[in-house]
Amino acid sequence: MTIASLIASPSELTDAASNKTAIVLMTRIRLARNLAGQPFPGWAKPAQRTRVAEICTAAVAAATPLKRSLNVAVEQLGELEKQILVERHLISRELSGSKQGSSVIISKDQTVSVMVNEEDHLRIQVLRAGFQLKKTWNVINELDTALEASLDYAFSPTLGYLTACPTNLGTGMRASAMMHLPALVISSQMEKVVRAVNQLGMVVRGLFGEGSDASGSIFQISNQTTLGESEEEILKRLTSVLQSIIEHELNAREKLLEADSGKLFDKIGRAYGIMQNSHLLNSSEAMNLLSLIRLGIDLGVFPDANRSTIDRLFIEAQPGHLQHAQKGEFDPAQRDLLRAAHLRSEFANFVRPDFSLINSNGKN
Amino acid sequence: MANPLKCDLCDKPATVHLTQIVSNKVHKVDLCEACAQAKGVTDPSGFSLSDLLLKASLNPEAASGAMRCESCGFTQADFKKHGRFGCPACYDAFKGMLEPMLDGMHKGTKHTGKVPQAALARQTLHERLSKLELDLSDAIKSERYEDAARTRDEISQVKQAPHQSPPR
Repeated sequence: MTIASLIASPSELTDAASNKTAIVLMTRIRLARNLAGQPFPGWAKPAQRTRVAEICTAAVAAATPLKRSLNVAVEQLGELEKQILVERHLISRELSGSKQGSSVIISKDQTVSVMVNEEDHLRIQVLRAGFQLKKTWNVINELDTALEASLDYAFSPTLGYLTACPTNLGTGMRASAMMHLPALVISSQMEKVVRAVNQLGMVVRGLFGEGSDASGSIFQISNQTTLGESEEEILKRLTSVLQSIIEHELNAREKLLEADSGKLFDKIGRAYGIMQNSHLLNSSEAMNLLSLIRLGIDLGVFPDANRSTIDRLFIEAQPGHLQHAQKGEFDPAQRDLLRAAHLRSEFANFVRPDFSLINSNGKN
Repeated sequence: MANPLKCDLCDKPATVHLTQIVSNKVHKVDLCEACAQAKGVTDPSGFSLSDLLLKASLNPEAASGAMRCESCGFTQADFKKHGRFGCPACYDAFKGMLEPMLDGMHKGTKHTGKVPQAALARQTLHERLSKLELDLSDAIKSERYEDAARTRDEISQVKQAPHQSPPR
């Protein structure tokens, strides 16, 4: 598979959206693994990095879920291609900036990706649309076991999988859910949620991980600790945290409808108007407007079938995807014009909001 | 003690004393005003102690001398700079400073999750073979031919084992 054909086909995130993905857009698990007796990528010499990459890519490409996958060295990717892969959560920003010996293997359906020589020798990742922690874990666990049959992992009986950074020791697992939480943002409860989630040993980040902002009211919630608990225990804890966040979001929606439905309808209606008529949209504003339309869909203002359109536009509004679609590189000001034009045409035939269809319970 | 507390990151007197509970564990740091500002401690929502603890536990006084990993040449100073280790063997080399650090960083200090069974079995086998081969050459060197023959047989047995059902 080539990078061009991968980019041309829809990612898991843009395709499989249904009402099951209403609040949890995507589930993702990654495992950090290293080879025994080899220096970690950040400390290895170029020849050692290349050697590790050869061993790892051979083993990974032979694994069943990664047959007929894209297997490419980072240095062979163009800037725009890398940006698109980051926007699809298939590679990290760290990998896209890394040097010789780093590569990525991505499955045809874009649900499995393995980064080689990122912070660790292997960063195995599986993602699924919707709230699917268990299923995602089963897939990644199986892949990891298959790789271990030919790779000698660095492992200690007391410390677990040995990773470059001690914060990933033990299971080497980070499980996360990407959540759309517009009502908690509108009612300024997010700060409180973040604090509560932190106390439970979980972390809240923006859409693109560490240091990114939460435009579009999209957040990633993941486990902070990796040692001292089994994978199942971590997933169980994360699941209960996510469920309680979902509950809080649904309550917040109900309260918004009860307390000041006019204000909420105004926000959604205006978002629709701007989508149809604006000529300049930066990516943050576009994300926030799309978020309001998506909230409208969850509330029943727009038909359910339109949710997958919005989830696709969340990605197409990103700078990398936008420039790729327009076949060129553009400065931010030009991008804002192009983004608005794209969204205008998408919304030209988008069904009109009907506020009489609102479900009083705020759920769909 | 009349000595005022010193900042965990530099040696200035500490004026900011922070206690935070992360996953049911109490963490305390003492910082000077400048470090507190730089680390965003004044912003309670966005601040997490874990990054800080990682560095604080690396105080020269907390760890004894400059440790070094024989396997990859990584030093304590390197860790202080990068926050990451050089190779898997570093976890042995820096054991002394690791434990207090892990205590603050994770839910526990002992792994209870998945174990790479296949990789470990291979490793055990490999270690056993290299020990037997050492025995063999020792036996030959000291002209203990009976021992050598026995060891040789054992080696060929062990080498066949992975193709059959698990030994004993």
